[in-house]
Amino acid sequence: MTTTLAPEPTLDTPLVIGGRSFRSRLMVGTGKYRTNADMVHSIEASGAEIVTVAVRRVDLDRTKEEGVLHHLSPEQYFLLANTAGCYSADEAIRYARLAREAGFNDFVKLEVIGDRETLLPDGEGLLTATRELVRDGFKVLAYTNDDLITALRLQDAGAAAVMPLASPIGSGLGLLNPYSIRTIKRRLSVPVIVDAGVGTASDACLTMEQGVDGILMNTALAEAREPAAMAYAMRLAVDAGRAAFLAGRMPRREVAMPSSPVRGMLE
Amino acid sequence: MSEMAIVLNGEPRRVPGPATLLDLLGHLQLDPRTVVVELNREIVRRPLLAATPLSPGDSVELVHFVGGG
Repeated sequence: MTTTLAPEPTLDTPLVIGGRSFRSRLMVGTGKYRTNADMVHSIEASGAEIVTVAVRRVDLDRTKEEGVLHHLSPEQYFLLANTAGCYSADEAIRYARLAREAGFNDFVKLEVIGDRETLLPDGEGLLTATRELVRDGFKVLAYTNDDLITALRLQDAGAAAVMPLASPIGSGLGLLNPYSIRTIKRRLSVPVIVDAGVGTASDACLTMEQGVDGILMNTALAEAREPAAMAYAMRLAVDAGRAAFLAGRMPRREVAMPSSPVRGMLE
Repeated sequence: MSEMAIVLNGEPRRVPGPATLLDLLGHLQLDPRTVVVELNREIVRRPLLAATPLSPGDSVELVHFVGGG
């Protein structure tokens, strides 16, 4: 017998952020890979279009070529600069403006960190920086806590997308509060992209099943034993979680329901 | 050509002068297309690098994109 796979029943539409349309709902970072080849292969395997980068001083000793554009083509990927490492609104605004001057786009992944141990975001600094950057013409994607009120205020401040965390940056603890993420997604009209904390494919799938618009991850790929293989797993997980969300899951029940007829049993 | 003292990426440094910001990048063998320049906390856009002179005591930051999440 020959079987052919039915065409994929696609229910999805493109992801639109700040007026730009993207096919992939998985976004990936470029930090912490053991080698540049690992980074490049992982990004390719992930199918991501949006790739994050950081702004740092040029190494004037020139002991190594550390510029990421040496390895990644800006024509091939949408470069999303972050303000990682910034602890105040002013500092984050400065980094965002430097990033924009590099000349690729006016999007910024805004981070204003409030605590060095947990790297949790500073809601007040985020709001101040978001307002200023939006006034200055930026499309702000704001990395924030899994807190509905802060998320709503960031949307009101003009954020193009809100990026609540699954768990702290680099922790790999997975989705700690599905309820919060689900609620943020339900209440916001701008895209909700979960950023940080995803550790493995099941985390990504579970996160997408909450209905969010996408996931951004870095460490889960960079620190996997085989980064490109994990990137492929994450791509499948994001697609599976998204497809399951759109398909609409069955209700949960506390008791069993037979799947086979109860009538017609032998005496 | 004489030298002048500036602060470059936070470190005191002597560079050839008089010079423009574009000259400085040339001296450091940096491609102006891959670097963003801040002079005394103000961004200097690429088309203006050749027209912006360096003065002794200036603080210059040279940044670019590196791997990050």
